[in-house]
Amino acid sequence: MALNNTKALYARRRWRNKVATVLSIGAAGFGLTWLVLILLVLIIKGVGGLSLAVFTEMTPPPGSAGGLLNPIVGSLILTVIAVAIGTPLGILAGTYMAEYGRYSKLTSVVRFINDILLSAPSIVVGLFVYEIMVAQMGHFSAWAGAVALAIIVIPVVVRTTEDMLLLIPNTLREASSALGVPRWLVIRYVAYRAARAGMVTGVLLAIARITGETAPLLFTALNNQFFSWDLNAPMSSLPVVIFQFALSPYDDWQQLAWTGAFLITVAVLGLSILARVLSSKKVAQ
Amino acid sequence: MTNLAIHTEVKEQPPAPDAKTSDKLEEKLSVRNLNFFYGDFRGLTNVSVSLYKNKVTAFIGPSGCGKSTLLRVLNRIYDLYPNQRAEGEVLLDNENILVANYDLNFLRAKVGMVFQKPTPFPMTIYENIAFGIRLYEKPSKADLDARVEDALQRSALWDEVKDKLDASGLSLSGGQQQRLCIARTVAIRPEVILLDEPCSALDPISTAKIEELIDVLKKDYTIAIVTHNMQQAARTSDYTAFMYLGELVEFDETSKIFTNPKEQRTQDYITGRFG
Repeated sequence: MALNNTKALYARRRWRNKVATVLSIGAAGFGLTWLVLILLVLIIKGVGGLSLAVFTEMTPPPGSAGGLLNPIVGSLILTVIAVAIGTPLGILAGTYMAEYGRYSKLTSVVRFINDILLSAPSIVVGLFVYEIMVAQMGHFSAWAGAVALAIIVIPVVVRTTEDMLLLIPNTLREASSALGVPRWLVIRYVAYRAARAGMVTGVLLAIARITGETAPLLFTALNNQFFSWDLNAPMSSLPVVIFQFALSPYDDWQQLAWTGAFLITVAVLGLSILARVLSSKKVAQ
Repeated sequence: MTNLAIHTEVKEQPPAPDAKTSDKLEEKLSVRNLNFFYGDFRGLTNVSVSLYKNKVTAFIGPSGCGKSTLLRVLNRIYDLYPNQRAEGEVLLDNENILVANYDLNFLRAKVGMVFQKPTPFPMTIYENIAFGIRLYEKPSKADLDARVEDALQRSALWDEVKDKLDASGLSLSGGQQQRLCIARTVAIRPEVILLDEPCSALDPISTAKIEELIDVLKKDYTIAIVTHNMQQAARTSDYTAFMYLGELVEFDETSKIFTNPKEQRTQDYITGRFG
């Protein structure tokens, strides 16, 4: 009797297990399908337009040949400046939250606000920087674009830095403090070292995030038909050029937009894979 | 080590603290009426105990009795956590280390600590030891090499790692990691070494090596060891303190505690009736 009951129970459990497995596989497949479709479309439409000219020529006027040199360089410049501003601020803030201020009220407040900033629509960031920089200076500029992107970088870096530092067992902090190591040296030589892979991953993810941002740049760096190193002038960037060209009625502009989208996707994919490799290395240690 | 088997016999008796010979014993650290609080919870109640110079003092007692807490007061490592506080006096060479302005880095340079879980830093074996030395001194490369070797020799690890000093400290086995941590502590030339259950994560052979080491180290250092293993306390220590529920029940020569304890609770614990 009892045995029969048990058998029935096990059969029921096996059946439930099957249902749950099928549902999860289905959900994973559903998500993956769209990703593969997006990649396929990008490859089919984007690769066709790839040529040396894409990397050596400026964005053309409608109807003539050209490339994406100015937006590619512009995106690189904007990203480098944004990361140069956002990374140190983010790492320092994350360090405060995980190390010095771990038990303080301020940390909870900062964490809460940071989480809001993390999910804030990027167009809001663009409008904010428009108000405080573009409107004040009277013109669009690469600086404004870089600051807008930096504001997007900061919460990502703060979050990953804090999370990675919190993962380090307190025993390691105690052990180094027990040697008489001052707190800032414990952080620099022990905590940062142990958390390095994770923190680098955070920065890479932040770069991946801003690489495709269009909205904050529309109001700040705007766009530039020409090649420009001038940080006080509008600067071209891939997302904005894609946005502009994709909406245009001209076939050659649309082709360049597809190519640009393909390039951004490859860059983001590359960064994500690098981030993955780095974080798995940490596990291997 | 000729005999790796468990040997529980008690060591030769050191002079008793209360006997006439007591003036030969030098108090290195003395704890006076110590109370300790984790927030509102009282972890230690009126604990008074002494660590004698060049002696090993063992702290035994059931889990949660306050042994580790007491050890963590002696180098004020509890200070890392804002809701923990100690009241009373802990005298290191007759100076109270619990006063607010006592230099903690100076204190911890003098009172080293080895933890229950081996905690090598994420650096090479060499750097694990050199790191601490460089904090206090600026030795030449040759001097530093010598200091690192000396520390590894003292912790009986040199022969096992001398060919891979550039390997990560994390690549060592658990027992080797723990000896690395001891080497790291010894390298900065402390006066007192606190061992918080240093063998609880180790196999019997590593444990035997560390116990041997304790015996050697006490020639130069004053040692306190917290242990759950009563044989270990009997084997390694000169004095033993039995703690229970945050209080120090009995403190005496190890031989007396294990053969002729004054308190019934001590007797019950060492005979395994509770704990």
